[in-house]
Amino acid sequence: MTDPLALEPILAPPERSRPAFNEERPHDERFALFEAHVVAGGKVEPTDWMPDEYRNAVLRFVEMHANSELMGVLPEREWLMRAPTLRRKLALTAKVQDEVGHAQLLYRVAEDLGKTREAMYDDLLAGNTKFHNVFHYPTRGWADVGLIAWLVDAAAIVAQQALRDSSYAPYARTMRKICWEESVHIMHGRDVVVTMATGTATQQAAIQDALDRWWGPLMQMHGPRSPRDKDRDIHWRIKAKTSEELRQEFLTIYVPRIREIGLVIPDPELRWDAEAGVWDYAEPDWAELRTVVTNHGPMSQQRLEFRRISREETRWVREAVLGVPDAA
Amino acid sequence: MTPTLEPWEVFRQEREGEPMRHGGSVMAPDAELAAHYAREMFGRRQESVRLWVVRRSDVIDIDDADLLQPPLDRSFKKPGGYVMRDKLAAAREASGQPKPKARSG
Repeated sequence: MTDPLALEPILAPPERSRPAFNEERPHDERFALFEAHVVAGGKVEPTDWMPDEYRNAVLRFVEMHANSELMGVLPEREWLMRAPTLRRKLALTAKVQDEVGHAQLLYRVAEDLGKTREAMYDDLLAGNTKFHNVFHYPTRGWADVGLIAWLVDAAAIVAQQALRDSSYAPYARTMRKICWEESVHIMHGRDVVVTMATGTATQQAAIQDALDRWWGPLMQMHGPRSPRDKDRDIHWRIKAKTSEELRQEFLTIYVPRIREIGLVIPDPELRWDAEAGVWDYAEPDWAELRTVVTNHGPMSQQRLEFRRISREETRWVREAVLGVPDAA
Repeated sequence: MTPTLEPWEVFRQEREGEPMRHGGSVMAPDAELAAHYAREMFGRRQESVRLWVVRRSDVIDIDDADLLQPPLDRSFKKPGGYVMRDKLAAAREASGQPKPKARSG
């Protein structure tokens, strides 16, 4: 312990608030310092120096997330005017507003990495960038709305909770806000599902039918298994968990909750292997996942077309905001 | 002159008496729209009682380690810099007094 009477005025350099890779050095040296910082759990702020490999990896990840939030409201908005009660309509409207807000927050994070919002919209509409598989499917009935709000959001939140510790600090901070808002959506969705599961025979059949149709896409949602040591997003600590870890976590939490309300999961191979400590399940249809996320899903083109039209229709707003002079 | 979009930083207070904390940022061409966006992004659930919206370019960012983290011993400015355990033990032995009980509560 330091005796204050024997003060040593100069100490060894402390942990500096500004990491050493921000200083001018040869690129390889900087890169190595940056990598060591991130791998050791260090955080990166937008004003820090970062190698292009990292910048591009974060941008790609956040942009895909933002696209998914933006496109993800379309299956739900179709049911705004058909919600069964005023309270359900208010809740669904609030959810749609939240998800668009999440897209705004995430595009904001991506913009600071150097890509303009207009360029991101262009790429989304041109099919150069992707959005999540689950938003390429039709919402056939009110049961789908409940199921999406509960289980799609639940599968997403499992992934998003693991992102609250992302090495890219602005993303991690944004995820904390988003997770807080998503937890409301899950409660809203679960309430819709439980209401139908305990309702009339028609309602019960409708919610089981929705689960039957959505289970496949839900199991594909986190993506195929990939080795942890080959995953560059994990290497850079942009995300913390592999696809399979997220899927297992989702199953552990939600299989009992789905069964609790009397619904039957349409996978006869689904079982908990107590010995191995993992869920066994029928191999998800990865060909379907590839088809769907490359915009060949049942609703892909229709949803993108909706975005194209709405972008045209709102052009005058952007022009008014930016003061673009009249063409005439 | 054509206005351009620029980032505005948003700070929010969750409850009366709490500190203002950084919430995130919005893109806007002027203060009026920045305030509207901030309200939509950070206040629509009644999760804030106050917002501050600041043009990012007006923020003075100081992260100079030589200024903020100089390698000088500042332990005399912190409670942990005063370690008396052994000296107090010696004093008690000399005075014959017991160690005062830790106050509860």
